[in-house]
Amino acid sequence: MRRHGLPSVRTLLDFQGRRLADFAFELALGGMALVTVLLVLLLAVSMLRSGLSALLAFGPPFLWTTEWNPVTHSFGVLPAIYGTLATSFIALLLAVPIGICSAVFLAEIAPRWVAEPISFLIEMLASIPSVILGLWGLFVLVPLVREAESFLGQALGFVPIFSGPAYGVGLLSAGLILAIMILPILTSVIRDILKAVPMAQREAMLALGGTQWETIARAVLPYARSGIVGAIILALGRALGETLAVSMVIGNTFQISISLFSPATTLSSLISTQFREADNQLYLSALIAAGFVLFGITAVVNVLARLILWRIGGPAVTR
Amino acid sequence: MESIERRRALTDFVMRIVCSGAAFASAAILLVLMLHVVIEGATALSITLFTSLPTPLGLPGGGVAHAFVGSIIIVGLACAWGIPLGIGAAFYTSEYAGPQVSAVVRFAAEVLSGVPSIVVGIFAYTVIVAQTGTFSGLAAAFALGVIMLPIVSRTTEEILRLVPTNLREASYALGVPRWRTTLSVVLPAAANGVATGVMLAVARIAGETAPLLFTTLGNSFLNTDPARPMAAATLVIFQYAIWPYDYLQRQAWAASLVLLIVVLLTNLAVRLVARTRTLG
Repeated sequence: MRRHGLPSVRTLLDFQGRRLADFAFELALGGMALVTVLLVLLLAVSMLRSGLSALLAFGPPFLWTTEWNPVTHSFGVLPAIYGTLATSFIALLLAVPIGICSAVFLAEIAPRWVAEPISFLIEMLASIPSVILGLWGLFVLVPLVREAESFLGQALGFVPIFSGPAYGVGLLSAGLILAIMILPILTSVIRDILKAVPMAQREAMLALGGTQWETIARAVLPYARSGIVGAIILALGRALGETLAVSMVIGNTFQISISLFSPATTLSSLISTQFREADNQLYLSALIAAGFVLFGITAVVNVLARLILWRIGGPAVTR
Repeated sequence: MESIERRRALTDFVMRIVCSGAAFASAAILLVLMLHVVIEGATALSITLFTSLPTPLGLPGGGVAHAFVGSIIIVGLACAWGIPLGIGAAFYTSEYAGPQVSAVVRFAAEVLSGVPSIVVGIFAYTVIVAQTGTFSGLAAAFALGVIMLPIVSRTTEEILRLVPTNLREASYALGVPRWRTTLSVVLPAAANGVATGVMLAVARIAGETAPLLFTTLGNSFLNTDPARPMAAATLVIFQYAIWPYDYLQRQAWAASLVLLIVVLLTNLAVRLVARTRTLG
């Protein structure tokens, strides 16, 4: 066997073969990563192309006119934008306080043997398909809401948001369903953020003689403030884009009304309910343009959420 | 002094009650909801639900076999391209790519996971349905794959980060080439975590409805050809719920119960796997 001089042809070939295999493997994996990136570009380009061209065809008034009439070809999407924002706002109003309180309980107050099963149940709630939530909303929640609405209407009917007939389906029901949908995400993300607050923060407050609530309210929550804001915006992104559960309980009526009781529509429920009826190209483009508007709104919200969450805790908390 | 102390103690007490009440209420919502689906679904559940096709509209009876078959085929096809792509991309970013390239790929996956599923449906419609001229199970599988891709790649990447570098170095030191190290050392070490991500993604897309509306459209007949419109369980629930026939609504509840059991069991399995894994 040669110990010096040139390597044998066989080792050389072997070496080349290994290099080649390594190269091919890396190329294959790189290709998959590239496809992921290309997919996102394709999505953005195709949404921009079909959505923007539709948007331009209808002109900017598409965004702020309120008539949606496929027969006369007049399309204005403002009521749906209003519905999307209003239902998401109602959902946040209901879910944020409950979510923060639950997270505080799970992270700060409850002993482990209580916190674990409850966290588990809340996380399971997150995995329920939205169509099942919608079914439950339609047959269980809507009748209850109708009762509550007629009661509220009698007691507080002079307040504009509680005026009008009690249909059951409408902004309030949609907001409630969305609140149930985003509650688990809010709770589990905020719980993780609270758990990441350094122990010294609590110990300092307790050493000063603070009660447990004072420690939470003045030392823990302020420290976690930006993370909580990020979690809320993340949940808002989910609420804005939700389709099925909302479209089953909102009543799908194209109107802007200040009353919480009135049926309404959202961008996503407008698209999902009318898509099958779109029998001409213009009608279809109007729906795609509505989808583009939704895409734009959620993109802004999501970028905002990621920026905030990234800044405070790295990508780990942004699941 | 006395009254201030008492007020502080009272506030503390009340807020603790409020917080625990909120947490218990959130958990109670799930229990109420699940119980309702179980009761409604169980009374309507029968073997014909899985074995028969829909009867002509208005004629009670029949089942939704076509929808379960369609769902399984569509989800299966979505997995066939979504899972390898997600895992491959994650391996590339964590094992091969430099920091800038992986940041780009990671960002792409983050963007993808933030896109509402209905928008993904419209995307699949414009690139597949509008081009081929027909609604199809394939278009639906494409849309669902886009949705599962970021879930798979993110969980895979997180678990790969936990595989100790020593393990890779030990393999290199034995003269094992890099690709063999990745496949035979890193992948088995991360297998549980990868499986977790895959199952989460499957549970997620099994319950998706919005993207199916624009892609597979639905079908009241049994169709196993993914190049044509197919039925899906979630679509059937959606349609039957809003039709004014009692027997169809009961089938919707029964199908919901089946779907709920599948999704919750998958999530439960994920937790068990995650608990027994050797890493992290």
